[in-house]
Formats: sequence, C-alpha cells, structure tokens
Amino acid sequence: MSTEPMPDFPPHMKRFFDAELETFRTHLITMGETSIRQVREAIKALVDGDIALAKKVVAADDELDQLEIKIDEEAVRYMSLRAPIATELRMVIVGMKASHDLERVGDEAVSIAKRAVRLAAEPPLKPYVDIPRMTTMALEMLRDALDCFLHIDTEKAVAVIRRDEQVDQLNKQLYRELTSFMVENPGNISRAIELMFISKSIERIADHATNIAEEMIYLAKGKDVRHDDAVKKGVSNP
Amino acid sequence: MEPSAPLAIRVPAPRDVGATSTIIEIEDFNFSYGAKQALFDVNLKLDARRVTAFIGPSGCGKTTLLRCLNRMNDLIDGTVINGGRIRIHGVDINGPEVDAIELRKRVGMVFQKSNPFPKSIYENVIYGLRIQGVGSKSRLDEIVEKSLRGAALWDEVKDRLHESGVGLSGGQQQRLCIARAIAVQPEVILMDEPCSALDPIATAKVEELIHDLKKDYTIIIVTHSMQQAARVSDKTAFFYLGRLVEYDDTQTIFMNPANPQTEAYVSGRFG
Repeated sequence: MSTEPMPDFPPHMKRFFDAELETFRTHLITMGETSIRQVREAIKALVDGDIALAKKVVAADDELDQLEIKIDEEAVRYMSLRAPIATELRMVIVGMKASHDLERVGDEAVSIAKRAVRLAAEPPLKPYVDIPRMTTMALEMLRDALDCFLHIDTEKAVAVIRRDEQVDQLNKQLYRELTSFMVENPGNISRAIELMFISKSIERIADHATNIAEEMIYLAKGKDVRHDDAVKKGVSNP
Repeated sequence: MEPSAPLAIRVPAPRDVGATSTIIEIEDFNFSYGAKQALFDVNLKLDARRVTAFIGPSGCGKTTLLRCLNRMNDLIDGTVINGGRIRIHGVDINGPEVDAIELRKRVGMVFQKSNPFPKSIYENVIYGLRIQGVGSKSRLDEIVEKSLRGAALWDEVKDRLHESGVGLSGGQQQRLCIARAIAVQPEVILMDEPCSALDPIATAKVEELIHDLKKDYTIIIVTHSMQQAARVSDKTAFFYLGRLVEYDDTQTIFMNPANPQTEAYVSGRFG
C-alpha cells in the first residue's frame, strides 16, 4: 500500500435517513427496558405474593409483542429502501434477532407471573433467596448485552457470555434442592415444580442475554461466535 | 481470426475455471497530468478472468488508472508516469518494445457513453478486424455472430445486421460496443462506467454479460454504483485522492472492510 501519508478524509455526511436507524435503535432499547421491567415485576409479584402485579405483567406483554412487530417492519423497510451494507446491515439484522430474544424474555416473565399467581394461594415453600439472586444476575447480563448496542464494547459482551455458566449452575443447584423438598414431603410437589419452572425461566432469560451478547459481537466485528466453546470458556477472544 | 503479430505480453494463460492468477501488476505507480499528480504509489495485483471494480469519489484517480492500463492517456498532452510501472504478464506495458496499438488489441475498452460508429451493426463489430486486414467474408460472419452472441445482442439484431448501429437503443448500443471490443479477442476489457447512461433493464443485461464474460476475459470496471460493484465484481479497489485506500475481495469490502473510510464511502456517508 502507499507509502505516502493518506490524505484527510472528509467528515462523515449526515444522511436524511439516519434518523430512521436511530428510531430503530430506540425501539430496541425500549424493548430491552420493557422486558427487564417485566421480569423484575414478575419476580416481585412472586416474592410479595402480589397477584395484582402478576396480572399487570401478563397484560403488559402485548407491549413487547407490538414492539417486536414494529422493529421487524422497520428493519425490512430499511433494507428495502436504504440498501444498508457492512456495519449498518449487521445492525439491522442483529436488531431483528435481538428483538426476538427480548420478546422471548417477555414470554418468560409472563410464565413466571402466572406461576406467581398460583403460588400466592399457598404459603411459600422456602424463603425466596436464590431466585431473586439468579434474576439479578440474569438481568445484569441482559442490561450489559443491550448496553453494547449503544456503546460498542466487545469485552463487555464476552463477559456476558462467560457469566451464563454461573446462572446455569444456580439453576442446577436449585433443581437439586427442590427435588429434595419433593422427596421429603409429597405435599411440596406442586409448589416445587412451579419453582423449578420459574428457575428454568430465569436460566432461559440468561440464555437470551447470551444470545444478544453474541449478536453484539457480530455487530461489532462481523464475526459469528455462536457455538464457539473457546469464547464461552475464556480460552480465546473473538 | 488471423493470428496477430506475436507480442511479448501474449502468454497463454491457463483456462481452468476457478484458478486465479495475476495478470496485471501495478507497482508503486505514480501518474501526473502536467503539474497535477493524479495517482500516488498505487500497488495492485489484478486477477485474470475475474471482475475487479475500481470505486471512489470523482477525481480519486480510478478512471486515470483504468486508462493507464491500455495507455489511453498517451493521447493526452502533458501526461507523465513519474514512478513505478504496470506489467501485464510480467511485461512493462510502457516499455520501449511494447506498441500501444498492439497493447490496446489485448486490452480493450468500453466507455461510459456508448460510441458506435455511424456504420452498420455488422461493420461496427468487425471494425477492428478490418483495420487489421481480415478480409475473409465467412470468417468475418463467424466473428460477428460470435461477438454479438458473446455480448448477448445476437438475438435482438440478427435480422438487421446491416442497419445502422446508431439506431439501436442505448443499452443495445453499449452491448454493441462490448461486441466490438471482444471481436478482436482481447484478454482484458476495461469498462469505464458502462451502465451510467442505461436504464435498469439494460443495466441488468450488461451486468449479466459481465458475469458471463469473465469466463474468458479479465474485466476491470469503474463504477459509481456501489450496488453494481457489489453485484458484479470479485474484487474491489477503493481509491481516494489518487491513493489506493483498500483492496480486497468484494465481499470483504462490502461486508466488513478493514478501513473505516472505505465503509463510510460504500455506505454513502461521504463522497
């Protein structure tokens, strides 16, 4: 390549349709905030035995469904009319995938809320400690993954991927504990099963956060790290 | 076709599909129009039987470089090569033993504006051969059909070969010029914005043709249409202010370019 110094490039032009990409990004962030709120409220409803709050979570799921549809429409329109390439194209594709993950996070929140309503009818099987802790971990992963959409930070995204294992371990631990409750007393079975499903839902939320983090690495680097165990285990960086 | 005079640059290249070999090497190439330097230290290796796109904003030197490849700039007063060389099959095309006319037989050109001669379609195609002194009617008929088929124009004009080439539509005229370029059996075809004056259907036909022609020819295309470069080329070179900024597989240039300025340009953020 040239040994001469490269000339200065002109400043990047603002294009009249850049605002469309901003709107797209804003809708995705709104979706992220909404899904985090839904999970938090579903767990609060569980812990407090708050049936009204649980029902509110179930009713609010439609917000996420509508946002998912809107994001898909905007993405298809942008690809059709603006012919994005490189980073911009990846942004649109990743936005569509991430919105699907967030919609699924919303579905998990609804599932937790419905179980919270049923569990509120009976005394708690045990104090709610592990489930709120797992939820905090999963939601921090989700928030960090979404932050990468605003400020590209692949190190943060990799850290999210590596934290998934901790949530998986907590889920397994809770599973074993709940199984022993069932063995001890058949009267515990229905509540223990509900809690196992809730624990599984939170574990799934962390999986969605991991998916989004992987999508953010694809956005930043154009590199697909899904199913790359070396990245997950910290052996290599993308 | 009668064999043309042996020329140093005529080396039979392997024709197996898929194999790539460098046909043109541009090394530390510098070029000026009088006092104004247009190209700075350009280094590029172009693959045989592939389509290479030159892109960049107006004035970046892409057309200048294209025209250096068959010494079209010899015809402009005051032009100077002030450093470096261009080799085709290893031979310096500006070397004393190379005849520019012979070079242009090997390295044909298609221009932005189609420029058929005010002659019949038939005479347009064989113009170069007439100059070379090919006289056999059956041979010329054969070349006309082959070239027009090669340029995907045969079916549209086979019943009116002796009508004027100027009466064709814009897209047909451009394909006639491509037929004229391939009639002399060049190895390399240079295309300077060949579709900029064409409608989308004619553009699609020319692009389809470019895709077919690369089986037999090395094609270098200058285009201002990013989508066209993405569609038709195998490799893309991005120029800015006379310098080569990035050269890579087209897929890389459009999906994940190394240089942020390349990305800004191909995304339409400057230029």
